[in-house]
Amino acid sequence: MNKAKALLNWVDERFPLTANWKSHLSEYYAPKNFNFWYFFGSLALLILVMQIVTGILLTMHYKPDAGQAFASVEYIMRDVPWGWLIRYMHSTGASMFFIVIYLHMFRGLIYGSYRKPRELLWLFGMLIYLCLMAEAFFGYLLPWGQMSYWGAQVIVNLFGAVPFIGPDLSLWIRGDYVVSDATLNRFFAFHVIAVPLVLLGLVVAHLLALHEVGSNNPDGIEIKKKKDPKTGIPLDGIAFHPYYIVKDIVGVVVFLMVFSAIVFFAPEMGGYFLEHNNFVPADPLKTPLHIAPVWYFTPFYSILRAVPPLFNSQFPGVMAMGLSTMIFFLLPWLDRGAVKSIRYRGPIYKSALALFVIAFLILGYLGTEPTNVWGQFGSWLGGADRATVVARIFTIIYFLFFLLMPWYTKIDKTKPEPERVTL
Amino acid sequence: MKKLFVALLFAPLAAFASGDELQLDSADIDPHDAISIQRGARTFVNYCLNCHSASSMRYNRLTDLGLTEQQIKDNLLFATEKVGDPMTISANRKDQKQWFGAEPPDLSVVARSRGTDWLYTYLRKFYRDDTRPTGWNNLAFPNVGMPHALWQLQGIQSMKTESEEHEGRKVEHRKLVLERPGSLSPIEYDKLTRDLVNFLSYMGEPEKTKRSQIGIVVLFFLLLLLVPAWLLKKEYWKDVH
Repeated sequence: MNKAKALLNWVDERFPLTANWKSHLSEYYAPKNFNFWYFFGSLALLILVMQIVTGILLTMHYKPDAGQAFASVEYIMRDVPWGWLIRYMHSTGASMFFIVIYLHMFRGLIYGSYRKPRELLWLFGMLIYLCLMAEAFFGYLLPWGQMSYWGAQVIVNLFGAVPFIGPDLSLWIRGDYVVSDATLNRFFAFHVIAVPLVLLGLVVAHLLALHEVGSNNPDGIEIKKKKDPKTGIPLDGIAFHPYYIVKDIVGVVVFLMVFSAIVFFAPEMGGYFLEHNNFVPADPLKTPLHIAPVWYFTPFYSILRAVPPLFNSQFPGVMAMGLSTMIFFLLPWLDRGAVKSIRYRGPIYKSALALFVIAFLILGYLGTEPTNVWGQFGSWLGGADRATVVARIFTIIYFLFFLLMPWYTKIDKTKPEPERVTL
Repeated sequence: MKKLFVALLFAPLAAFASGDELQLDSADIDPHDAISIQRGARTFVNYCLNCHSASSMRYNRLTDLGLTEQQIKDNLLFATEKVGDPMTISANRKDQKQWFGAEPPDLSVVARSRGTDWLYTYLRKFYRDDTRPTGWNNLAFPNVGMPHALWQLQGIQSMKTESEEHEGRKVEHRKLVLERPGSLSPIEYDKLTRDLVNFLSYMGEPEKTKRSQIGIVVLFFLLLLLVPAWLLKKEYWKDVH
């Protein structure tokens, strides 16, 4: 017996290395019909690792101090060898993380990956998404530019709209009466340690849940129902390693090409990934004329702006914004369709989903613009901003997609699912 | 607090209320023209770097542009003695705030926040306005606190408002007229400001040209890597039916 094998035996007697390798990789059987949409899970994991590594490197020169933060970022960009690359990878990584996660979630929507028995898998995923939003929000304050500062000011003030405890709550979050050095320091703590710790734990839970129930697939049928009677391996399953490892490598290379194109040629992405106004140091006395969150929050920001105040309180808007993210948690129980995959769904679900995607994109666009971007309606509509009216309509459509789901998925005319997966 | 929140929430509304957008002139700079950036650096240290700092920028960084440290010391180093120092100024910030109404901003990354076209337009749109404390105003930045630091070069402009009927509506045109020429002709002045903006753009991100050069190598490498990655996938997957 060679030495490597002997060493492996030695480890295996003390730690389930081979057992874990088998159960999660070489003998984890995934459906063989994964398509384009199935790259984004592994890509999300790649970005997570990249963000952690580049983030650690950034903390080595970044200073979480209201007097030094902005200059320390520029120091990283100029005086730290390759600092500009690390910083651009981190800033581009933040936006790419959301792109990949949105596509990953959309995959879940079209193939019904949240349905029984994957409810917990979906819930863990949603918790990851919420953590990611918190992580992005805390991180965005750190460069201490004007958008960092005023974006944080607006979002923290949202908590001020909560009845009774609101003002105290936002004061407690900021640690000061305005966003200040105290806020920057605690956001730094949340961004670099608190949230990432939770995030990593949730990712492990997400993967454990996935490997317990097995992956869904574009046909939305359970491969575990048809097993080889001798080996007990699903007939339509192939080992994750090596099949999906080598396939994901191709996905990773293509992703890195897109990623590098942004990092090296357009790191600001026309002001969407790095906002122009964030190259002005934070100034508590100068409110920018146009405050908009980074693009990945804009659909929810649109919903916030679309809901009119009630009794002089912005709380309804804040509630609607909160609900618009939380409502995803309920998907496993809202969907009553006879089939999981869009391939076998009827026309009603397909139209509802298309309408939802359009609503999400339009709300996202409107969130980046001032509310008067499309001008005003005539006096017959009270001269209301066109964009606000449109945002209201799409906010309603957004919520109806979820609220009517139990009904329209049930009456929808579905096609019969196949017995085995189709390639 | 609630008021502030509401104000912030609807702040975007105010943004476009001012209207009357100024058409920006294209700066049309060439970031690969090191000589133009060098000339811009000279204008910058002579005219800007007395009130404005560029504290993220070190003098010896200008060796990027093909200058030697001795050349930098001899020609550009007025405010400090060490060539490795950042471009700071000795003016007192409090005094400046009293003189101009606002502290002159640090210009290290001004090209990234304002954009080069805006800077190019701004530097050429100063005009005489006796209602302002400094005697100067600017079409691109109305009621700006900064006086026209380059007036000896550009000369003195004044604003003329012409109104005309256009499709039944009265349209006002604001035009700047050169009242007294400066030491440069308008074409020379445009060139000088273009060089200055080129320098500001370079200073905003000194690594920019290197960044895209590296990017080409990285993309080429990834393209090559795609070939074995694809072949490996194909080889493994040929028995999956």
